[in-house]
Amino acid sequence: MSIEVRNITKTFGRFTALRDVSLTVPSGDLVALLGPSGSGKTTLLRIIAGLDSPDPQPPSAILFHDQDVVGHDVGRRGVGFVFQHYALFRHMTVAENIAFGLRVRPRALRPGRAAIRDKVRELLRLIQLEGLENRLPSELSGGQRQRVALARALAIEPRVLLLDEPFGALDARVRQELRRWLRRLHDEIHVTSVFVTHDQEEALEVADRVVVLNAGRIEQEGTPDEVFHRPRTAFVMEFLGRVNVFHGRVDMGKAFVEGVELKGRVGDPVAGNGHARIFVRPHQFALSTRAQDGAAFRGTVRYLNTAGPLVRLEVQTDVAGLLAVEISQEEHGRLGLSQGSVVYVTPREAQAFPSDFSI
Amino acid sequence: MAGTVALRAMTAPQRRGRALAGSSPWTKGLLVALTLGFLGLVLLVPLAAIFTEALRKGVGACMEAIADPAALAAVKLTLLVAAIAVPANLVFGLAASWAVAKFNFVGKSVLTTLIDLPFAVSPVISGLIYVLVFGLQGWLGPWLQAHDLRVIFAVPGIVLATVFVTFPFVARELIPLMQEQGQEEEQAALSLGASGWRTFWHVTLPNVRWALLYGVILCNARAMGEFGAVSVVSGHIRGRTNTVPLHVEILYNEYNFVAAFSVASLLVLLALVTLVAKSLVEWQARRSASLAAPLAGRVLSA
Repeated sequence: MSIEVRNITKTFGRFTALRDVSLTVPSGDLVALLGPSGSGKTTLLRIIAGLDSPDPQPPSAILFHDQDVVGHDVGRRGVGFVFQHYALFRHMTVAENIAFGLRVRPRALRPGRAAIRDKVRELLRLIQLEGLENRLPSELSGGQRQRVALARALAIEPRVLLLDEPFGALDARVRQELRRWLRRLHDEIHVTSVFVTHDQEEALEVADRVVVLNAGRIEQEGTPDEVFHRPRTAFVMEFLGRVNVFHGRVDMGKAFVEGVELKGRVGDPVAGNGHARIFVRPHQFALSTRAQDGAAFRGTVRYLNTAGPLVRLEVQTDVAGLLAVEISQEEHGRLGLSQGSVVYVTPREAQAFPSDFSI
Repeated sequence: MAGTVALRAMTAPQRRGRALAGSSPWTKGLLVALTLGFLGLVLLVPLAAIFTEALRKGVGACMEAIADPAALAAVKLTLLVAAIAVPANLVFGLAASWAVAKFNFVGKSVLTTLIDLPFAVSPVISGLIYVLVFGLQGWLGPWLQAHDLRVIFAVPGIVLATVFVTFPFVARELIPLMQEQGQEEEQAALSLGASGWRTFWHVTLPNVRWALLYGVILCNARAMGEFGAVSVVSGHIRGRTNTVPLHVEILYNEYNFVAAFSVASLLVLLALVTLVAKSLVEWQARRSASLAAPLAGRVLSA
């Protein structure tokens, strides 16, 4: 079941949450809506679900499998919605929560008791909570509650599954575990799913496609690989992972910062000629303890952290400010750096975007 | 209101944590003694006096006073008034708190303030406004008389005054709880295909049941015990428009002390039953709240 939204605008009083957003989710995909708070991602999800409605102007459309569902209220859209804070029915047991969507169906469409029981058992197995069917939500851990919420949403065999910050209220470890589990679950059941997150790592790890939102607009849409390696805007570049920003110039495909040419490959989209903001991720630097001709910034190691798969450094440069740098443990061993060491830093790769202002 | 606070989800460790760290046993002893002394003086002694006075001439005289036709008529009227006022305020309170807690609309703050009005206004004034509206010289007086309808100095007036005085109780209990619980569970139910009506019965109502019952108990106690507002609109017609509190006053003014205190002891018994019921509900609510504490704790700490 594909989802298509066209020209959605949503205002709350004077605040514009979404500005003319259009988006297509291919059938069977798991899509992440990624953005900072206030970017409109949750509003978009709620509008797809029918929990909110778009502004009447401009004319908009929401299509499930090419069928317009704008007039349908939330109960008739056949969506499974998973809330950030679970929203489990607190006075019902796990089994009752899961069975709710089936029990409230009109008599003609309602499965029999035995069928409901089987369905609940099947879902409990899917969420790996067999044996806990008689617990109350308050007797479960956060991760367990979120899985029950997911099972409850899946029980009605939704056409699309919508998850609002599904792991937002969980601690880091459970989060990681649960998002891998969600990915495996999706591979198993293949229901078109959209989830909202502000965590770029989560989006890049779990989703088939990532939609990056900022200030009510879609900045970029693509596979995790595309948005990470070929960001189309400075915002996407900055939002997906840590970056070092230089204010410089681009001239004939070459980038210059403080008169020094960055010798590395300058990625698309090149800013044309003129003032530019040039982004380099921490892992895109080459370090050397000896001066090299031209392209390197000279600096001093201010901070060094070797605990982790990569060694993280902060290098205070003479002309380009404080840089965040990541190198492999092997390279660190080869260079033998310590706090206060003098190093030469050379960007291997960079992305340039036109400046909004001149320097 | 104390009830509103007590019904918030407080778990046992939270409550123990409230003990003032570092306060000396002397301070504690003094405070407890002061409180108990004060309670004894203004509450327990008068309470005991009511029963002592009622039984001064033996159980027989006491029973006789209660079995008096005028007294029985007063009891009947009081029960009738409560039987109308309490359900009316139950429905109104639910509707008002639902509206305030789950929707945004123009005039919401006005409505919230209006709900508190009966607490802010002296009961005598509450009675008087009905006399001004429905009385012979009131706005609707001539029209009512032309159609031979009696409101003031009759049962409808008593019911109206009681409804007015008691209408905050249910709403005041429910609004904070419903606000704290938010709308997500309802939205979840709707997204699963439940109708609005089913969502109300299966999700909203069970979530507030203890607060609702608590509000109803307080509302009932006040409906049966209300004096001031009812006194203004009743006309004190013995056997017809006298409620129990008014009947007590009449007997007392006639120097019929044994009868007055006997009937009064009925009200005291009602109060005691109310207190027991209230404690039971509070205990139940706290039990279900502490079960739900990890859920509610999130809201409280947020």
